[in-house]
Amino acid sequence: MAKLVPLLAVFFYLVCVSEAVFEDQVGKFDWRRQYVGKVLFASFDSPSQSSKKLFVATDKNIFASLNSRTGDLFWRHVDKMGPEGAVDTLLVNAQDALMVIGDGRLLRSWDTNVGGLNWEVVLDTGSFQAACFVGIQDTVKHVAVLKKTAISLHYLSNGHQKWVENLPDSDTVKYQAVYSGGGEEVFVLGMVPHSHLTITVYSLEDGEIIRQRSVEAPWLSSVESSCVVVGRGVLMCVDNYTQALYTLAIQAEDSPQFRQVLLQSLDLEVSQDFQPVLVSTQPHPARSPLPEFFLQLGPDHHILLQLSEDGSTIAPLRDFQPAFLVSFATTGEKTVAAVMAPKNTTDDLHCRSRCFADSGRRLLDTTVIFPLDANGGKPQKLYVHAFLKKDDSVGYRVLVQTEDHALTFIQQPGRVVWTREEALADVVTMEMVDLPLTGTQAELEGEFGKKADGLLPMVMKRLSSQVILLQAWMAHLWKLFYEARKPRSQIKNEVTIETLSRDEFNLQKMMVMVTASGKVRSPGVSRCSDEDKSLFGIDSKSGTILWKHYLENVQPNAAFKLIVQRTTAHFPHPPQCTLLIKDKDTGLATLHVFNPIFGRKSQISLPALPRPILQSLLLPVIDQDYAKCLLLVDDQYKVTAFPSTKNVMQQLQEMASSIFFYLVDSEQGTLSGFRLRKDLSSELIWEVVLPTEVQKIVAVKGKRPSEHVHSQGRVMGDRSVLYKYLNPNLLAVVTESTDTHPERAFVGMFLVDGVTGRIIHEAVQRKARGPIHFVHSENWVVYEYWNTKSRRNEFSVLELFEGTELYNSTVFSSLDRPHLPQVLQQSYIFPSPITTMEATLTEKGITSRHLLVGLPSGAILSLPKMFLDPRRPEVVNEHSREENLIPYAPEMPIRTEWFINYNQTISRLKGIYTAPSGLESTCLVVAYGLDIYQTRVYPSKQFDVLKDDYDYVLISSVLFALFFATMISKRLAEVKLLNRAWR
Amino acid sequence: MASGGPSFLLLSMVPTILLLCIDFACCNTGRRTSDGLDTDFTGFSVPLEHSFEVDDVSQFRVRGALQLRGGRETSVSLSQNQLSEEDRSTLKEVAAVDGLYRIRVPRVSLSADRQSDRPMDGFLTAFVRACSLVESHLSDVITLHTDVSGFLIGVSIVTIPGACRGTEVEDEVDLEAFNTTLNVIAPTNAPQPETALFIERMDMENEKRGKPQEQKSFFAKYWYLILGGAIFLMASSSAQAPAGGAEEQQS
Repeated sequence: MAKLVPLLAVFFYLVCVSEAVFEDQVGKFDWRRQYVGKVLFASFDSPSQSSKKLFVATDKNIFASLNSRTGDLFWRHVDKMGPEGAVDTLLVNAQDALMVIGDGRLLRSWDTNVGGLNWEVVLDTGSFQAACFVGIQDTVKHVAVLKKTAISLHYLSNGHQKWVENLPDSDTVKYQAVYSGGGEEVFVLGMVPHSHLTITVYSLEDGEIIRQRSVEAPWLSSVESSCVVVGRGVLMCVDNYTQALYTLAIQAEDSPQFRQVLLQSLDLEVSQDFQPVLVSTQPHPARSPLPEFFLQLGPDHHILLQLSEDGSTIAPLRDFQPAFLVSFATTGEKTVAAVMAPKNTTDDLHCRSRCFADSGRRLLDTTVIFPLDANGGKPQKLYVHAFLKKDDSVGYRVLVQTEDHALTFIQQPGRVVWTREEALADVVTMEMVDLPLTGTQAELEGEFGKKADGLLPMVMKRLSSQVILLQAWMAHLWKLFYEARKPRSQIKNEVTIETLSRDEFNLQKMMVMVTASGKVRSPGVSRCSDEDKSLFGIDSKSGTILWKHYLENVQPNAAFKLIVQRTTAHFPHPPQCTLLIKDKDTGLATLHVFNPIFGRKSQISLPALPRPILQSLLLPVIDQDYAKCLLLVDDQYKVTAFPSTKNVMQQLQEMASSIFFYLVDSEQGTLSGFRLRKDLSSELIWEVVLPTEVQKIVAVKGKRPSEHVHSQGRVMGDRSVLYKYLNPNLLAVVTESTDTHPERAFVGMFLVDGVTGRIIHEAVQRKARGPIHFVHSENWVVYEYWNTKSRRNEFSVLELFEGTELYNSTVFSSLDRPHLPQVLQQSYIFPSPITTMEATLTEKGITSRHLLVGLPSGAILSLPKMFLDPRRPEVVNEHSREENLIPYAPEMPIRTEWFINYNQTISRLKGIYTAPSGLESTCLVVAYGLDIYQTRVYPSKQFDVLKDDYDYVLISSVLFALFFATMISKRLAEVKLLNRAWR
Repeated sequence: MASGGPSFLLLSMVPTILLLCIDFACCNTGRRTSDGLDTDFTGFSVPLEHSFEVDDVSQFRVRGALQLRGGRETSVSLSQNQLSEEDRSTLKEVAAVDGLYRIRVPRVSLSADRQSDRPMDGFLTAFVRACSLVESHLSDVITLHTDVSGFLIGVSIVTIPGACRGTEVEDEVDLEAFNTTLNVIAPTNAPQPETALFIERMDMENEKRGKPQEQKSFFAKYWYLILGGAIFLMASSSAQAPAGGAEEQQS
């Protein structure tokens, strides 16, 4: 008997093991896409045609190297989230990439070849202003970092500080720029707004101040935004108010003065309400900048100007209007200026480039056409990679960054080499939608869908659909025959929107993802918050982006809810998804209705939503077009229905008294329930108030409406049944105490009926605090918290049972369940913190459930729910063994073979989405964060699928052999019987 | 006063048997009139209000009074009025149109030390279908939920039985007085991981396993088999030896 216990335990472990993938299955059912986020700085490796590297630093605090041929990642370094790891600047010089990180906290140098860290130094405190390379005689040996109050010079080879000097009068003077033109001097430019500009010149050798100059500049408000250094040390500033350019030789020994050049004298005019911008280029840090520079006069107006050799006159070289973006690139001795201009007024943008050498004005015109996606954003930034061809002419490639954070790499004469959708690094929410049926299947479906009108037309319809089927079959055969002649490698299996169709087991689905990234950059860097909202349609089998839609005019700080109103099951009607976009500040909402398969916006009249929306709920009420009804509750508790056809309104009025909804106000700590009235107003029917002085509501979760529960109860060891308490209206409300003292902190778990407001269960987890991750499904809630006393992460599971008898076995009504359920609870120690948690979901709910736990390491653990069962016995007995309960162990194991994503870790995992497939055993899983990972899991193994190596030959030969054996033996027996009869 | 004491003792036993998690509870058949309102309890009383209107616009009237007593053991008792003739007919009418019967209590704290900041604005409301209240002959269960610090956070009302079957309640007497069970539920403490018990169990198992380890060794256990085998081998080899010898001699 005693031996049986460990044996049993081993058996259970064996049952749960064998979930890991085999080596030959890697990448067969799963894929991962890695992203870097919105690019802030980009730089190309070397000015040769064969160079493949592209370096980017992004708003996700990532420094990465991309293969410019394919767009794949060479390597990627993910730093801390938040301002601590924010990239202030990126400077690339030959083999070294220098980064200032965390508002001047760290200075790092990377080896660009392999992506290794050369060195890292901690800088003195003070907010970062600017940095530049300092070189003499064509070699760059130092880097200067300008902070608010000090300037420091570091060796490029090892990061050691050569000298650090405090800036004079740093409390009044704003230092904003540092410049080195290849000499023995480092220039620091500071200014007092609307008063004067100061030039402080430091000696490169020992950091001594060589000279200090102050120049009157009452028009100057910012050096950073309106001044550049052009030519041999000439500071060029532009002022909008006086409509003039100002030049100043900063290297001048005597007291210099700004020289005013009125724009009018150059026949130039700034557009209305536009702050003119200067763009110059310094091809090599050890040499002075070029005398040519761009002046932007309007949103689509640029002009190329040249400063004469002595710095006295400015001459316009060429006017570009319209032109959205300009950029410089240098290769060898040649510098290219690229200008992006729209081609005609069509959607195509083309990018023309002018090439000019240092001395002359030999202008070359070549064009690269950049096709602008109608569903994408406008181009935002332009990076040019210029290189010398073999015949010494200049060739170039262009990297365009658009508003939707997409990166497009283009070659001459307009071939898109690759595109990266970096918006997908920030997925907010997603849904999976079934793919539509194939044309032939749809034809058959359509036949049943149509209304019957007489016998003859029915026959005709049947015949016509049969003909179509025959046609499709012939086409299929022809295709097979045609492809059989071609070598196998040539057959491409590309997924396009046209070829999309549901597979046999509905394993391939459309992933609709909503992305939003709006990061307010750290202060000191003049990039303001910008928003990006996009919708993506991704094929779940291959990860191919099939469509995308850029949502313009979305307020920053918006919340999203993606709702599938009509699935693909109602054939003649296209599937319909609705994205509810809610402004978090005002609460005003807008709807975006689209077809999830093709991404097209639906031409449906949207309801006017003049008031803030508090709650949205999807009713099972279906209109005549099979779209589910969406109810939107505004702040006056009035309800708007969408779609609001007559049919729906009629149904709503009939059902009004049985439509309940709840609202949560976490600031007031109130949960309140409402009932719909016939006139679509609503009445308050219950209210629960959790005093905010004690605890605050952190999260509220109901159950997923698509969830199926197969068995109503659990058979116990003594053959009696313990019925589950399956309340579809149950809400799990999690609170955290306002008192954060480790001894008094607690986490509250309330189970509230969403219809009656009855508190089914309330429990407090003492000495615990968040962050809480929890899953609410079937009759259980699993939550994870931090134990402040023992300093560890713990899991707790709550299960609700009605008892051994059902109150009303036919239907569940919240209004008629007077008895409270039995609540069982158990807690376990979990040896790792977690980032997110989700439960597997299958078609019919027969398959046992697993919890998918995202760990900070990027792994996803598939934890069998069997281990989180409050009925796990302390002491094993006959009944618990009969029931296959694992004996209680306080620590939850983490087995590496439970990691469903083997070595494909997901950086900054944010959420896991699960969806059922057509196969009961299979659940589709999508994990998103910085990366996106899709796979399938089989919680109870593939019990409904024959194995890959299933021996069909053996089975069929055995069958045939048996069949013939029976035939022969039957014959023999007959003969024998006959013989016996004759005897 | 005298009547409050015994009934309070007697009836307090019933609900504690019914539910384990009840702190303390008391109910009142409601046949006694409002003499419970003027009280010398150290606690205080708050009104329990109800509302049932045909047009479903809530108009709360006093149904009874909740006697709350803070302290180490919170106790609550309820004294309530009978339904008037008018109320009874309204209730039946409301039940006929499937209206709601609502109750509400003000937000208060049950613990004694918080009574200074007792008056908090707002009410806690709950409802039950009026028909089920009528059909259950006004037998309801009112549960007051408190949080960790003794604030009332929710109230719930259910009737037993809870269903509306459409049975007519003819007898007016059945609708005269409430038959109320009153519960107070405070949050339970969720269990911590049971490490101590598990370690104890492991130790016991180890002890159990430790004893069999002193068992006889392999040889001690199977000496007879080994011996038997050895004898058999020896016997068979000795039997063969002469035969071999004979062959040798022949050659």
